[in-house]
Amino acid sequence: MKALILVGGYGTRLRPLTLSCAKPLVEFGNKPMLLHQLEALVEAGATHIVLAVSYRAEQMEQEMRIMEQKNIHFIISAGPLSLASEHLTKDNEPFFVLNSDVICDFPFKQMVQFHKHHGKEGTIVVTKVEEPSKYGVVVYDAENGRIHNFVEKPQEYVSNKINAGMYIFNPSILKRIPLKPTSIEKEVFPFMAKDNDLYAMELQESITMDPSAKIGHNCRIGPNVTIGPNVVIEDGVCIKRCTVLKEAHLKSHSWLDSCIVGWKCSVGSWVRMENVSVLGEDVTVKDELYINGGRILPHKSIAVSVPEPQIIM
Amino acid sequence: MDEHIFEMRIIATVVTDVLVLVSCHCDNAADIYGYLQEYTALGTAGGLYHFRDQILAGQPDYFFVMNSDVCGDFPLKEMLQAHRKRVKGSYCTILGIEATRQQSLNYGCIVENKDTHEVLHYVEKPETYISTTINGGVYLFSPEIFQPLELPWVKPLNHYCKEGRFDVFGFDPNITTSEVIRLEQDIFVPLASSGKLFVYDTKRFWSQIKSTGAAIYANRHYLAIYQTTHKDRLATNGEGKPKIIGDVTIHPTAQIHPTAVLGPNVSIGKYANIGEGVRVRESIVLEGATLQDHSCVLYSIIGWNAVVGSWTRVEGTPNDPNPNKPFAKIEVTSIFTNDGKLNPSITVIGSNVQIPSEVVILNSIVLPDKSLSGSYKNQIIL
Repeated sequence: MKALILVGGYGTRLRPLTLSCAKPLVEFGNKPMLLHQLEALVEAGATHIVLAVSYRAEQMEQEMRIMEQKNIHFIISAGPLSLASEHLTKDNEPFFVLNSDVICDFPFKQMVQFHKHHGKEGTIVVTKVEEPSKYGVVVYDAENGRIHNFVEKPQEYVSNKINAGMYIFNPSILKRIPLKPTSIEKEVFPFMAKDNDLYAMELQESITMDPSAKIGHNCRIGPNVTIGPNVVIEDGVCIKRCTVLKEAHLKSHSWLDSCIVGWKCSVGSWVRMENVSVLGEDVTVKDELYINGGRILPHKSIAVSVPEPQIIM
Repeated sequence: MDEHIFEMRIIATVVTDVLVLVSCHCDNAADIYGYLQEYTALGTAGGLYHFRDQILAGQPDYFFVMNSDVCGDFPLKEMLQAHRKRVKGSYCTILGIEATRQQSLNYGCIVENKDTHEVLHYVEKPETYISTTINGGVYLFSPEIFQPLELPWVKPLNHYCKEGRFDVFGFDPNITTSEVIRLEQDIFVPLASSGKLFVYDTKRFWSQIKSTGAAIYANRHYLAIYQTTHKDRLATNGEGKPKIIGDVTIHPTAQIHPTAVLGPNVSIGKYANIGEGVRVRESIVLEGATLQDHSCVLYSIIGWNAVVGSWTRVEGTPNDPNPNKPFAKIEVTSIFTNDGKLNPSITVIGSNVQIPSEVVILNSIVLPDKSLSGSYKNQIIL
């Protein structure tokens, strides 16, 4: 099988992490995000992988050399899906498409199964969110997964599933894409849905924990938590929807929801962190603080609460 | 009306205290300690005059009167010593407190003779600066005080007699009570410079309790006083006991998990239940309240029988006096800012309130019996 990874973009939303490192190369669980995807794709049977890169191509190429040794064919392609079509249409097999910023317990094998089962042009993976009004949601048939339509930022509840940025398409999709800047989500998917050619597969919640991580007593971990190597989590910690990177330390009785804790960070006891707070590398958050949507740049030491979303330079 | 009731009650409690202090020739202290209720609002001095017989029962040499909304490390013994040395027939010694120029305007201001401590001039809440010595709401009276108190009481009655209006003698609360006597304006103001009114200055801790949040500040100071007066009331660290930081009082009936961390400035009430890994700092937890596992309570008051869920954070903002100004008192800020937002203050959780797990309650006031469903910030929850 073939796969296309869409790498483009400057990763501005992943700052401050992307100030230290190119987005697909940001490490999660001791491995660049991209490598996680590549390994999972190989595992699922991908033999040709196309990287659609718009910037920092050299840095990417270097990283890929490592993978080449494993007999995987790489093509670094400048430009998006349509430009990569020559690589994807060589045979008539379906191919994977991935946004490079997706990380999860990749369900590629299930995707292939699901896609073959419905036999239509495309499958997209969807994931559940708490507040669908902030996203574009996917409305689909709960029984068979057939997508009816997409609703951008719904004012009234229609669905709580959003596009998770992982797809399988038959090569015929390429006919739907003109050779100009095109948003696949906005200009291609709605038409596929109208033609009953697009299906949704729900992502299962997951907890990924590196075996070297140490977890204390009376902790509550999950759903959707990734814990990297040598992370220390003390007693009575509660973490939901978080990524805790290598060698970070969460002290006792802290509570974290929807956060990224960077490499070697230290989060104090009874700290409450929520609302997509991101700690850059080696950040220290002192005991008993409240961090609400704080983006904190590397090497900072935080001694006062951040009660409103804010960037701390 | 409440204020007066409380005031009267305090008169009685302090009378007992004075009995202890001077070992007065009165044996039935318990009889004096009681609850005196005014039939109608009589003003700060009117009530005193009305209950003169009860107050003077047992012929005390002196008696203390305190406003119930002040707290502090009152130098009562010293006041008494100072008052005894005054010329015979002195009516009163007022506890004088040092304030800042700006804040003095919110209080009764006293100008004194620095040598004799006689009150030369008294103004209640002046518009411009008079003096940084303010009335601390604690008074030591000689029984002779009832002489000047009689005047404003009898004068209007004579006046009405002349006019043939006898209805004022009835206890009809609807009639504007012209018999109201205000201690400050009606008594202290005319008594200034008469050689009968004195002030005893102190620089010890003193604060008025005009807002719920002031209780956290006052509690901190009372706990600090315990360090010297009642060390046995302060919790200590030990095997199988929760970790104590600074001054903490815990009622013996309260159940506290040994992994909890309390202090500084924390008081835990009767039958309170503090779970595993709970953190409490700068807060008061009242009788029967429950803090579930891993919860964190900072700068808050948790009401009677309230429940705070696991991993929940209850946090307020301290409103202590300006630490950069000497003698600054706690500021009585308005509840709302000019643009209608709640001023951040101590978080107060009313009685029987239920707070779910894993939420945050920040700078809020929650009225009794509410069952919250999520997080709240800067709100009054009715």
